[in-house]
Amino acid sequence: MPRLPKLPAPPLPSALQAPPPRPGEEVTKGGPLEDAKQAGVTVVDWIDERTSLSGVGRWLLFRKVPKGTNWFYTLGSATLFAFLSQAVTGVFLAMYYRPDPAGGAYESIRHVTNDVFLGQFVRGMHKWGSSVMVVLIFLHMGRVFFFGAYKYPRELNWVIGAVLLVLTLVMAFTGYLLPFDQRAYWATIVGVNINGTGPLLGPYLSDFLRGGGEFGATTLSRFYSIHMLIVPGLIVALIGAHLYLVTKLGTTAPPWLKAKERSELLETEV
Amino acid sequence: MIRASILFDWVADKHDKHKSKYTADRLIPGAFEGETVTRRRFMTGTAHTAGAIAAGAFTLPALGFAIGPIFKSTPHRWETVGEVGRFSANNYTPVVMTLTPGIGEAGKTTVYIRKFNPAIDTDPYDRDTPFIAISSRCAHVGCPVRWVDAAERFICPCHGGVYDLLGRRVGGPPVRPLDRFYTRVVGEDVQVGPRFSVNSELRRFSPRDPGEPLDGIGQYLYPSRPTARKL
Repeated sequence: MPRLPKLPAPPLPSALQAPPPRPGEEVTKGGPLEDAKQAGVTVVDWIDERTSLSGVGRWLLFRKVPKGTNWFYTLGSATLFAFLSQAVTGVFLAMYYRPDPAGGAYESIRHVTNDVFLGQFVRGMHKWGSSVMVVLIFLHMGRVFFFGAYKYPRELNWVIGAVLLVLTLVMAFTGYLLPFDQRAYWATIVGVNINGTGPLLGPYLSDFLRGGGEFGATTLSRFYSIHMLIVPGLIVALIGAHLYLVTKLGTTAPPWLKAKERSELLETEV
Repeated sequence: MIRASILFDWVADKHDKHKSKYTADRLIPGAFEGETVTRRRFMTGTAHTAGAIAAGAFTLPALGFAIGPIFKSTPHRWETVGEVGRFSANNYTPVVMTLTPGIGEAGKTTVYIRKFNPAIDTDPYDRDTPFIAISSRCAHVGCPVRWVDAAERFICPCHGGVYDLLGRRVGGPPVRPLDRFYTRVVGEDVQVGPRFSVNSELRRFSPRDPGEPLDGIGQYLYPSRPTARKL
């Protein structure tokens, strides 16, 4: 990694600056208060000396952004935060959920919604948040498309984003079964059978999803595993790749901003 | 445009420069006499192979574990649904039976049963079936159809699939008739067995999922389960 210049430290207000030593006064360094102030800096320095993480942080956060960057550019971050919200609420919902098709799954969701403190709120966040995430993804995708931000050299990031879209829809589909009420059950029956209408491989795909020829004892735990282990892991990895490419390649200016010709190159003024 | 002469040159070159298989002849530093693979190359290959074996040792069993159910055959179940006198030859009687035991309501389905009626069931395939058992699973995407007596139709609530008395499609999006179940009579009891699918001529096929047509090329585009056994 190239050596990056250090950011200038912000100037301290004069009231907070230590007064210069009086003539004849001994300059005392340290003291318990000074040591305490330095403790945090020392810890951060200790880690940074061994990891060079501050360089990564500067590389990631202190980027040049083009003129004309506007609110539409926040849709990607919004999607990221929707995903983080889903991840956090999902992890805590998993503490209460039981993937038991013989009534336990529905009962555990009922317990979360009706009995657990803030259960209805956390489950509501997860349930409505999934729709929010899908909507935000499409808005983000629309921004990238209409601003032409998918063009060279960012095509790979478009492809990764498309895969992330599909994985998010897989999350929405597999999560839909987990409450195990009538709507969840029939929506999954219909969804799995739609998968099965793909020629040649379709029947095998729907057997894989169901874990057999009929909706069976393992279908629910299979969906649960896909929903909370396989796909989230893939999404996290691909979001990492997505952000790496965004940082490496930078963002685009909006299409209505034309690059300004340098005045000394204008023919009229030569 | 590539000149043809370049291509010919390259081909000729390749044959001219005959490489010896011995590393010593190829002037590789530290070569032993009679050695054909350098130690570095051998070591790299060994490390890659060991890594591939280690990764495969957990990936392949896990994958097989996940896709195993596709190739697992389930035993045929026969369920008693009532006595012979319970079913008429002119109308359907709905019966709830268990397809997958052990998961409560989710493993159950409704089956519409009537006695074999020579006036209606003229199809040669139905001749030796004592009772006709029609699955309520719609052949579109698997919603539950309902027998509407007044209309003499099976009607699907989801997307408007309509089937006639024999389960043949008369309207809506379904791609084939309703599935059926094998039936038999044991003593005085009617028993319902495994599922089978039919095409629009009521020809029998091993069970397929909904949405998979069985007419024409359909039976080849949507192969049956490798474990589906014929009765």
